[in-house]
Amino acid sequence: MKTSVLFGTLAFAGLAAAGASAATLDDVKARGKLNCGVNTGLAGFAEPDASGEWRGFDVAICRAVAAAILGDPSAVNFVSTTGKTRFTSLASGEIDVLARNTTWTFSRDADLKFDFVGVNYYDGQGFIVPKSLGVTSATELDGATVCIQTGTTTELNLADYFRVNDMSLEPVPIETEAEARTQFLAGACDAYTTDRSGLAAVRVAYPNPDDYVILPETISKEPLGPLVRHGDTEWGDIIRWTYYALVAAEEYGITKDNVEELAAAPGDNPEVNRILGTEGELGAMLGLDSDWAKNAIAVNGNYGEIFADNLGENTQIDLARGLNALYTEGGLQYAPPFR
Amino acid sequence: MTTMTGPPRADGFRIGKLLTDTRYRSYTFQAIAVVLLIVFFGWLVSNAIRNPVLQQSGIDFGFLSEPAGYEISQQPIPYTPQSSHLRAAVIGAINTLIVALLACVTATVLGVIAGILRLSNNWVIRKLMSVYVEIFRNIPVLIWILIFMTLSVNVFPPPSAFRGDDPDATPVLGLMAVTNRGIYFPRPYFTNGIGQVPDAPAADGDDTAPEAQEVASSANWLIVLAVLAGSFFAVRAVNNWATVRQNATGLRPTTWWMTLALWVVPLALTLFLLGLRWDVPELRGFNFQGGILARNSLIALWFALSVYTGAFIAENVRAGILAISSGQTEAAAALGLRPRRIMGLVVLPQALRIIIPPLISQYLNITKNTSLAIVVGYMDLTATLGGITLNQTGRALECILLLMAFYLTFSLVISAVMNAYNASVALKER
Repeated sequence: MKTSVLFGTLAFAGLAAAGASAATLDDVKARGKLNCGVNTGLAGFAEPDASGEWRGFDVAICRAVAAAILGDPSAVNFVSTTGKTRFTSLASGEIDVLARNTTWTFSRDADLKFDFVGVNYYDGQGFIVPKSLGVTSATELDGATVCIQTGTTTELNLADYFRVNDMSLEPVPIETEAEARTQFLAGACDAYTTDRSGLAAVRVAYPNPDDYVILPETISKEPLGPLVRHGDTEWGDIIRWTYYALVAAEEYGITKDNVEELAAAPGDNPEVNRILGTEGELGAMLGLDSDWAKNAIAVNGNYGEIFADNLGENTQIDLARGLNALYTEGGLQYAPPFR
Repeated sequence: MTTMTGPPRADGFRIGKLLTDTRYRSYTFQAIAVVLLIVFFGWLVSNAIRNPVLQQSGIDFGFLSEPAGYEISQQPIPYTPQSSHLRAAVIGAINTLIVALLACVTATVLGVIAGILRLSNNWVIRKLMSVYVEIFRNIPVLIWILIFMTLSVNVFPPPSAFRGDDPDATPVLGLMAVTNRGIYFPRPYFTNGIGQVPDAPAADGDDTAPEAQEVASSANWLIVLAVLAGSFFAVRAVNNWATVRQNATGLRPTTWWMTLALWVVPLALTLFLLGLRWDVPELRGFNFQGGILARNSLIALWFALSVYTGAFIAENVRAGILAISSGQTEAAAALGLRPRRIMGLVVLPQALRIIIPPLISQYLNITKNTSLAIVVGYMDLTATLGGITLNQTGRALECILLLMAFYLTFSLVISAVMNAYNASVALKER
């Protein structure tokens, strides 16, 4: 009996110990592929399309990083992770970076020992209900049965929100989006709660999207961003600045279409020149080629283009930029100077 | 036949004999096995020590006393999100035990019935039972759980269907509401009794409506249990008396009315004295309020585990019965026993000795299979401690260790109890 406990524990620990060395950049270069953890399937953020190609807002970050490091946006192994498996995958070294609508919180940063490299989407938790329920505000949900994805911050926010508002709650924990869909559409739960961007994404996939309404309350702050393990700051810098390069590119008007032209020769704007590697040695400081940012931007365009292609008002998901607009347009997206 | 080993010659020990001499060879291989085992465990330990996750955070069970922060749907003991992770884990453990015990009981009943009917002389019944066994034991239990959950979610009406003047659905007999969130049963409670004094009567002096006055009922339930136990022993005494009479006179006195009275009268009297009332579920707001809710996650899990494991138990039972020589059946028939009594008095008691050991394995399987509960959102131990707590605190190693300790302990307890029972029915050699 004792030995079987010991054996099981150690086997578990042994499995988790594979990989995860300090120099992630060297590993990725040696492997020739970036291992990127993404959602199991969430429209707009990470979803395989009809031909099996991963597409989405988070996927675009993975591809940009792969292009910056390896020069090839297709050199990515996409590892789909659930809310429950994502942190173990990252901590054990199965993936190099996690880009999966993951909320930046104090304890994930300090206790779980991860580094959030930035916020690629400022989100907040909301509720979706069928219109026929006749509910217009989340404060009317006293006694409701609520479907909730287990293993997320939304689970804790939900309990807090109902407690603060002195309401009772019947939670139905679910593992995947598909299960939530079954239960919610059958009326086994009155409301479904997750990040508002996620609600917009699932709503368009319902048979009659117009029969469902997203309630106006936003009950939490959900800054979503890519994250890496503590302890390899050089690797974190690469993800962080690749992401900022995309944001800065939008600010300075570098797009998918004109990036090659701008990178061909130094132009008038020294900041653009430094980003695109026609001036200075920023790439070398990260341990990358001088055209790293050019490659990253050339994949899917700048931050604004990525947003418009995957989540924006021309897509089914139809999300406004809101907080995710550039700081120059009243939003929160702001890249530090490239110098 | 003789074996020619002969007495060992005293020509001393050579190193080669470790492999060639049968007297030493087994020691050699055992030593090699031990060394390999030690190396293997050493590798595992060193691997664990070098594990980056472990190096970063170490092993620390302090998180168990911190507030859990999440809601749990089925709460056998009081719980709020402010309760500790430990309490959440205990609730999960109780939920695991609830579904495991329920499933063990129903799987045994189903299995015994199906196993006996598989040997029926009726062709239709026999084949029906074969179909049941083959279908259920050849499809993974996870699929069955999902099938039953999906069925219950989509077949039964949502609570909103009960609303309005002309609702699409009505509660069964006005008492029991079957919805796609679960089944709401009326809940019995007591209005007088011991434990807690009821609140003072309403200010308007109207004390003719006692139903709203509920008293703490755990002590009352103990009284009810004591009465039931009393009835049980009284019935046993009546049966013993009847047997003594039968042995003495050859005629068994009619006792069914005594048995019935002994069960019903004291119980009815007790419940009347305690002031039994029923709390009937009523649709208020989003859900039915009041009554007892058996969530469809529990029902789907319980049902799936029962029918799945029942199919295995049916095969154990059939094998046990077939192992009893047909001479026993024929001898009993020759004595004039009817088929039901042959089965009950002659075959099954002997078959039990063969059935019980594999039955223990099936009970252990049920217990371990309850850990699939999270796929239907049933909050068992794997869902609370091994799921949400693990995920929110990131303490994977600690949570998995506790999980393993729990399942191991519980399985060993089941084994011990069932082995004791097995020993009691085993053939006594004197």
